[in-house]
Amino acid sequence: MLSIGFIPLVDCAVIAVAHDKGFAAAEGLSLALVRETSWANIRDRVVLGHFDAAQMLAPMPIAANLGIGGFDAPMVAPFSLGLGGNAIAVSTALSAAMQAAGGGSAEAGPAETAAAVAAVIAGRAARGEPPLTFGMVHPFSCHNYELRYWLASAGVDPDVDVRLAVVPPPMMVEALRDGLVDGFCVGEPWSSQAVDEGVGRIVAVKSALWRQSPEKVLGLRAAFAAERPELVDALIRALYRAAAWADRPENHPELATLLARPDRVGAPAAQILRALSGRLVVAPGGLARPLPDFLVFHAHAANFPWQSHALWLYSQMVRWRQVAHTPEHAAAARATYRPDIFRRALGPVGADLPAASAKVEGALTRPTPVASTSGRLVLGPDGFFDGRLFDPDDLEGYLASAG
Amino acid sequence: MADAPLRIVVIDVDVLRASVIEDGLREAGHPFVTVIGEMRGLMRRVVEIDPDVIFINLENPNRDVLEQMFQVSRTVQRPIAMFVDRSDTAMIEAAVDAGVSAYVVDGLKKERVKPILDMAISRFNAVSRLRDELDRARQALDERKVIDRAKGILMKSRGIGEEEAYTLMRKTAMGESRRVADVAQSIVTAAKLIGG
Repeated sequence: MLSIGFIPLVDCAVIAVAHDKGFAAAEGLSLALVRETSWANIRDRVVLGHFDAAQMLAPMPIAANLGIGGFDAPMVAPFSLGLGGNAIAVSTALSAAMQAAGGGSAEAGPAETAAAVAAVIAGRAARGEPPLTFGMVHPFSCHNYELRYWLASAGVDPDVDVRLAVVPPPMMVEALRDGLVDGFCVGEPWSSQAVDEGVGRIVAVKSALWRQSPEKVLGLRAAFAAERPELVDALIRALYRAAAWADRPENHPELATLLARPDRVGAPAAQILRALSGRLVVAPGGLARPLPDFLVFHAHAANFPWQSHALWLYSQMVRWRQVAHTPEHAAAARATYRPDIFRRALGPVGADLPAASAKVEGALTRPTPVASTSGRLVLGPDGFFDGRLFDPDDLEGYLASAG
Repeated sequence: MADAPLRIVVIDVDVLRASVIEDGLREAGHPFVTVIGEMRGLMRRVVEIDPDVIFINLENPNRDVLEQMFQVSRTVQRPIAMFVDRSDTAMIEAAVDAGVSAYVVDGLKKERVKPILDMAISRFNAVSRLRDELDRARQALDERKVIDRAKGILMKSRGIGEEEAYTLMRKTAMGESRRVADVAQSIVTAAKLIGG
């Protein structure tokens, strides 16, 4: 019996499917899924051993290993639960202001919308108005880093020119409606919920900020992973097959219904289906727009715990002064993600495994075959919207140039 | 020099439970206790108060809001940490079992804070127990009412006395391995459906 914690978001899908569609049972595993209300609870219960594993924000196990997580124990992330899935939404008022500043076209990419929000910020500052507030889910979240990366690309200092505040996902729509925040970055279904309620407009999506980027991982205590390797391997195999099932478009209606249950995500199935299919309605009353790779559960090696992902997340922790950069810290961050465990679990069942454990992020501009065990693996495109590259072997160079 | 009195914040939408904690803290000699029951603008309020100790119930999603306070930033002057002694796993387990988490500003002495933590844990548990007792008492009262109604129905329809009616229900319950209250509910439901 394995106790697994999760948060009610669309990207709990792989864990839910592993249980609900029998993939765990097929591996001889009995899973007890526990729906939690905060990332802090998830972290605490994993540290205390109440959970054997949990859905975690991709940066969380890294923060734990760096000793900056708040309540830490050594952790490992041997499996990624998917790529993409977040969106940045702003209030209708801010959206109007951004449009007036020239960044509101439906086809506007992250660079244009960032420039528009920067212009709004500058205008407000010149008129002595209070700074804009943006919500995100946790200090150690991709949402936090995405907001910062997006704002900083247009010259906004996220710690000076705006206020970034943690808001629990279920409270984000209300916070936007009541003006407590002017925008937020959150996982689905919450941005779609803001649009459906007519209080917000989606101005950027994670898949456009950094295509095929990490979001949630399976986190475990390092001690548990070392003591029960056979259990961990069985869990990884169950999740891998669950991810493959969840990725198939013909399964999406059933998956949306499954996730709509109150003991899973509890949002309307039709809304969840939009996120699964990558066809989001970005403005109230608007039409659904196809967003390639918006949410990927399995394709393009989505489940592989790339150490370059771990190092990029570390680079953002350094950039935003959450941790000081030392070679020891970088090594600890890199070693948090465990492709060796992934390979150990999935090699025996013939999964197509990448030959490398890290890659230059942002280097692939189109789907590209890469070296793998069966020679059929295709990765990419995986670009950052500003065209930058992240070479995990030149961390110092990236840190120096990040600004 | 005597220690300055501690500023304590209790974050809980559960008004009853929060007031039980607040009372306990005041009785223990801590006059500066603020209960925050409204979650909107939580961070701002906490920063305004600049507490030494913060309690929050574990089911509260706003725990993640407090996570911002682990590091010094423009908004947070004094970083906080979870629990004062993170090696005291027994105490931490007890807190989690009780459903409460405690955040303490860096530098506070264990000896000052542990009694407060212990008291909060025991009060959280006391509230849970009280609630469980209350639920059981309510359920017992409801069952009593149903049993009385069922007795009345049996007495009327079979022309028997109260004691005989109750004995009949009890024997039926034993024979079917059910509770008397459940048999009574069946009688009440059946009478409603059959009519009259």
